[in-house]
Amino acid sequence: MNSELLNEVTFFVLAIFVGIEVISKVPTILHTPLMSGTNAIHGIILVGAIVIAAGASSPVNIAIGLVAVTLATTNVVGGFVVTDRMLEMFKGRQQTKTPPSK
Amino acid sequence: MTTLIAIAYLVAAVLFILGLRQLSSPKGARNGNFTAAVGMVIALVATIPLLHFTAAGVTIIAIGVVIGGVIGTVGARRVKMTAIPQMVALFNGVGGGAAALVAVAELLQFGMHPALTIAFPSVFSIVIGSVSFSGSMVAFAKLQELMTGTPITYRGQQLVNGLIAAAIVGFVIAILAIASVPFSFLSLMVLALVLGVAFVLPIGGADMPVVISLLNACTGLAVAASGFTLNNFALIVAGTLVGASGSLLTKLMSDAMGRSLANVLFGAFGQVRTGTAAAATGQEGRSVRSASAEDLGTLLAYSQRVIIVPGYGLAVAQAQHAARELAELLEKRGVEVSYAIHPVAGRMPGHMNVLLAEANVPYEQLKEMDEINDEFKNADVVLIVGANDVVNPAARTSPGSPIFGMPILNADQGKNIVFMKRSMRPGFAGIDNELMYDPKTIMFFGDAKDSLTKLAAAVKAA
Repeated sequence: MNSELLNEVTFFVLAIFVGIEVISKVPTILHTPLMSGTNAIHGIILVGAIVIAAGASSPVNIAIGLVAVTLATTNVVGGFVVTDRMLEMFKGRQQTKTPPSK
Repeated sequence: MTTLIAIAYLVAAVLFILGLRQLSSPKGARNGNFTAAVGMVIALVATIPLLHFTAAGVTIIAIGVVIGGVIGTVGARRVKMTAIPQMVALFNGVGGGAAALVAVAELLQFGMHPALTIAFPSVFSIVIGSVSFSGSMVAFAKLQELMTGTPITYRGQQLVNGLIAAAIVGFVIAILAIASVPFSFLSLMVLALVLGVAFVLPIGGADMPVVISLLNACTGLAVAASGFTLNNFALIVAGTLVGASGSLLTKLMSDAMGRSLANVLFGAFGQVRTGTAAAATGQEGRSVRSASAEDLGTLLAYSQRVIIVPGYGLAVAQAQHAARELAELLEKRGVEVSYAIHPVAGRMPGHMNVLLAEANVPYEQLKEMDEINDEFKNADVVLIVGANDVVNPAARTSPGSPIFGMPILNADQGKNIVFMKRSMRPGFAGIDNELMYDPKTIMFFGDAKDSLTKLAAAVKAA
């Protein structure tokens, strides 16, 4: 096992613990936005898609690269925008606390 | 140069972690999403100097980003709040697909004999990413009602699914052992796509949120695996964070439904059929009470405590505003109104809170299940608006029922129960509801929004 792989495995294991720890106290009302937010974060695959698409030259690679970048961008952009829309509602609720609604 | 990139990735990873943390508290949630988005931009920008672009490469990246950006933005902006769950499924599925494709491209580049440290994560990413893609698409189709939301089961289903899984494992071992030819991972991908479909088919629409959360965690792991293939730390860390937090979230969600994850995923096999059949024969020829809007308006106007139980029917009818108007009218008359929110009301945990918040329902009136369950016995009227499974006493009383063991709202303890529903049709879980035949229950049929508007008019007149 080379040292780079060992580093990667270390990051992997530590990230598991951080991932579990960081959301362990989430209230039920935030389950849906949180799921959607994590969904946007795994859109990081766009980095991977760009890496493989950048050097594409053969038709097969071009096709795979194009589809991968398109799908990954949809994931990132859609994920963050839809999460923001959900959370916007929560913010709206706090504002209406001060002036009585209609 | 690479040091700079590594530092940028580290910053991105920290922002993801902070973002997740803010996302799990109501105060900072929106900022959390923004924090994570900033992390994403940093990771993306930092990657560019690392690459050698071909002309074709630049072109396809530009085209892909534009198309994906438009689909993502328009999809996310246009989607109705009620359709959010399937939108999340869709965005998750495409992420899984992208992870699988990245792994395929990388394997192709390494030719026939990739090292095991490349081959293993690649194959893992292809399998999990493909399962996540096709599984999410089925979840989308079920929630969008492009196909039936009830579990699709047949004899020997478990065996068939088991065989597909076994074939995949066989393929993986073969690929790792005797070096890969492109054809073999194409077949692997097809098999994994089939497994994704076969795996989600027997799961009922009501359980889709848990499935989507699980597939979300899977996509995270597939992304992490692609990170190992590409030796990319950003992918490994972000993917693993999602994989781990997504797995925990999946467990929290099934806990909120009072079920084990295994029960959610495999519970439908053979069980639901017998359950519905028994329920259907049991209910034949039984009568229900119904009443006019005027009668109900009077009942509501002269009561002291009213608890509204909103459910998915309220969401589809976009009746959250009508519900708030009725509640305001009642409050003007001195009636105490609160909303009982079941953890899985709507179609996902927290979904109903989002919808009611959109309609400016005061936060103090929203009561979580544990908080309000003891108050039902003091309620003069329990107004059930398009909810069904979350108030079904079968969850307490009938062990054969697919929802048995799910914590429910004690709506049946109210002094009067007004059950607003489009028809006698069973709810999302596909089972009949005893509560509709309860002598205290009055059925009020119709679209939730129309019915609430009629009731509001009747309350005004009363």
